[in-house]
Amino acid sequence: MHVSGGIHGDALPPAQPAEVKKTGPAMEMATAHPSSAARRDDQALARVFSAYTICSVAWLLFATFIGIVLAYKFGAPDFGSGAWLTFGRLRPIHTNATFYGWASIALVGLAYYIAVRSCRTTLYSTRLAWVGLWLFNLAAIAGTIALDLGYSAGDLEYREWPWPIRLIFLAALGVTAWNLVATVARRTTDDIYLSNWYTMGGVLWTCIIAIVAILPWYQYGLGQVSVSGFYMHNAVGMWFTPLALGMFYYALPKLLNRPIYSYALGVFAFWTNLVFYPIIGAHHFLFSPLPWWLQTTAIVFSVAMLVPVLGGSANFLLTMRGRFGELRHSYPLAFILVGVIGYLVGSTQGTVEAFRSLQAVWHLTNFTVGHSHLTMYGFVTFAIWGGVYALLPAATDKYPGQIGLALHFWPALVGSFIYVISLSIGGTIQGLDWVRELPFIQSVVDMQPFYVWRGVGGSLMFLSHFAFAWNVWRMTFGHSARPMALVAAAEEAA
Amino acid sequence: MNKLLLIAGGSTLVYGGIAILMGVLPGITLSQTPAGPGVKPLTAIEAEGRAVYVANGCSYCHTQQVRPLSQDKVFGRPSAPGDFAYQTPELLGSERTGPDLTNVGARQPSPVWQYIHLYNPRAVVPASIMPSFSWMFDVVDKAPAGVTPVPLPKAYAPAHGVVVPKREAQALLAYLLSLKQAPLPTAQAAAAPSGQPMAATGKPAHAPAVAAAPAGSAYDAAKGEQLFSANCSACHQATGEGVPEAFPPLKGNAAVNDADPTQHIRTVLYGLENVVVGGVKYESPMPEFGSMLSDDDIANIIDYERSSWGNHGKPVTAQQVAAERAKGK
Ligand code: HEC
Ligand code: HEC
Repeated sequence: MHVSGGIHGDALPPAQPAEVKKTGPAMEMATAHPSSAARRDDQALARVFSAYTICSVAWLLFATFIGIVLAYKFGAPDFGSGAWLTFGRLRPIHTNATFYGWASIALVGLAYYIAVRSCRTTLYSTRLAWVGLWLFNLAAIAGTIALDLGYSAGDLEYREWPWPIRLIFLAALGVTAWNLVATVARRTTDDIYLSNWYTMGGVLWTCIIAIVAILPWYQYGLGQVSVSGFYMHNAVGMWFTPLALGMFYYALPKLLNRPIYSYALGVFAFWTNLVFYPIIGAHHFLFSPLPWWLQTTAIVFSVAMLVPVLGGSANFLLTMRGRFGELRHSYPLAFILVGVIGYLVGSTQGTVEAFRSLQAVWHLTNFTVGHSHLTMYGFVTFAIWGGVYALLPAATDKYPGQIGLALHFWPALVGSFIYVISLSIGGTIQGLDWVRELPFIQSVVDMQPFYVWRGVGGSLMFLSHFAFAWNVWRMTFGHSARPMALVAAAEEAA
Repeated sequence: MNKLLLIAGGSTLVYGGIAILMGVLPGITLSQTPAGPGVKPLTAIEAEGRAVYVANGCSYCHTQQVRPLSQDKVFGRPSAPGDFAYQTPELLGSERTGPDLTNVGARQPSPVWQYIHLYNPRAVVPASIMPSFSWMFDVVDKAPAGVTPVPLPKAYAPAHGVVVPKREAQALLAYLLSLKQAPLPTAQAAAAPSGQPMAATGKPAHAPAVAAAPAGSAYDAAKGEQLFSANCSACHQATGEGVPEAFPPLKGNAAVNDADPTQHIRTVLYGLENVVVGGVKYESPMPEFGSMLSDDDIANIIDYERSSWGNHGKPVTAQQVAAERAKGK
């Protein structure tokens, strides 16, 4: 492998200090007189990126609103009774809208932008990007309606949508994969920058995951249980994780104006993640009747996952070494730092949870819900925010204000802390109640205060999303703030 | 182009291989798991009920997998691969906000209790956070011939009319009552005993044979309370006040305070049906517990009832229970 990748080769890295003034992506909007064709391409890309981001914001608001309703129902179970508002229908609507509406759409928008800029080319097809966006939205809308009407493929985590709707999502993935790979194929750089490895990989692998999940022939009874384990795990870790990591590899060097600490380590993490991660799905079914060897393999490789996780996080943190002071005036950097820590802590927690002795207490409790929010929120969602704040202004030349950023960052951070900590403590108590063999209802009663705290944390998180929406508005159609301090700092450094 | 092929193509190839190895192949093998002995396909109405269960996401709060852990014994014997032969889509679930339902048909066989609970769980379990599924019921002026209205306590009943289950609720009930674990063949059963209702320790109450032996250990109040809460309070309530119209109060109940404990013991051993209690005729039967609880446990429960909520019944011993059991129904 060409270890130096995009760093020292002909291909300029996205933020190679000496070069950034001349050709760095951030400068492209601003540099002197781009040809009108180039300007048109830039505008088309900015429109695509903006549209993906705006759609994802709408889904974020919707999904987390449903989340708040669900959280409220734990304290007021008779609130919103009736078929369309019943807990068991809203619950998959919340998760699927978060996954396939919010995170997927936002990350694909980022992936397009990163591919074009890091490959110094133009989008292979703007039209395909729009088609993909329509398909993503269509799938998520149809899926939401179907679930609310009670058309569920089964309570199969993250693949509850009836299969025709999942085919629409697959089509969206296919279109995206094609467009992304074709964009990278027309790069003007020699090397393919690491970010694109992760984003292209993520989209291509997820096509496979989606196909494996749809085909019915090996999904009867226990067979379906094993496919569920595979799917629910891979849909998170081979889709959101690589896209978010790919974004880190681009946005961090860009924000800090220095190359990634070790390109080779990034390459190493790419391949180890690819080989270890898909093997560990069965750890969602520990102590189930799935074959013991399958469960044990999953546990062993859950431990092996520490290699890419620690490698990846160390790489990001070392890239930031000596520059943590900049967090004070750079919210994008702060969002990304939280995302990196969320990745580190969430993934390590996943490894620890996989041990049988701990699963015996935590499995099936609210601890798991805490874990999934630590990863999907603390890691993926913060990563997306960091990416959007770092890159969208570069695309549109419009900026959010510091106040808007603060109103987003702090409630989201504090809220997610409250959320994860309360459910982790509550889940542990719940598990211990069971171990002590108390009457079941005791565990329901003991969770009550923690459900309330979860609601408090969740509300803060939800409110912060309005600030995000406002900021996105300012970065796209609204009135721009002055350029962010961070970009200025990068220029000074250069 | 070659770099692109290596990175995108190569990694996708690797991933495709792993997906087949870890997703498809286990799926193929495990899909062929034969049904365990006594595991039967669902009837038409039970299957319909299962679809209602899926559509309303019951498994986001309820698992259907009993783990080989001691805390899971209250839910039945550990699930075996053969239990899932007819379960597509699978409903193992990932969260236990509510109890595991693998064996709920054995644990809670009363249709009346199930209907009241579905209509509004808080009518029978005040601390419950399960949603109400009242839309699966109709409110009518008069129940049609042959249909028994659901006996709801006043606080939960509609102001006018009576409540009868719709087709959805009937199917769901049929499904819930069908959730009974098939006993494992004896060799396996010895290793993983079935634990239907809950003994105080949470360990399965080994039926009479074992229990009769150490007959006569003294009344243990804490154990009695725990047994009562696990087996009886769903209907008679922790307060002993029952649910008006549905389940009689034990507080002040004649049989419970009677110096002659025969009726009390026999009710618990063999259940009760069509008997007027305290001037009220109850539509639903009281289930039998003789096959599930030991003489010792039954004596403990009875003594707990006889000494709680202001009751003053004379305590009974396990020997007395054994004697009634010996007489047969
Ligand atoms: C929000 C979570 C939630 C949902 C959704 C839910 N339940 Fe429950 N369920 C509970 C809780 C908590 C309990 C324990 C308290 C109680 O008995 O009401 C429970 C108890 C039960 C019990 C009694 C189990 C026993 O061992 O006594 C049954 C039966 C049941 N639920 C059936 C259902 C069915 C059928 C559905 C779907 C139509 C459903 N539940 C949906 C939370 C839920
Ligand atoms: C499914 C609901 C249910 C459960 C669980 C239940 N009961 Fe009952 N019980 C009833 C009903 C209904 C009656 C009234 C039956 C009748 O009148 O025909 C009753 C009646 C009784 C009586 C009064 C008998 C009389 O002649 O006055 C006693 C005592 C009693 N139950 C004890 C228990 C004990 C002890 C348990 C637990 C081991 C228990 N019950 C569990 C429903 C239940």
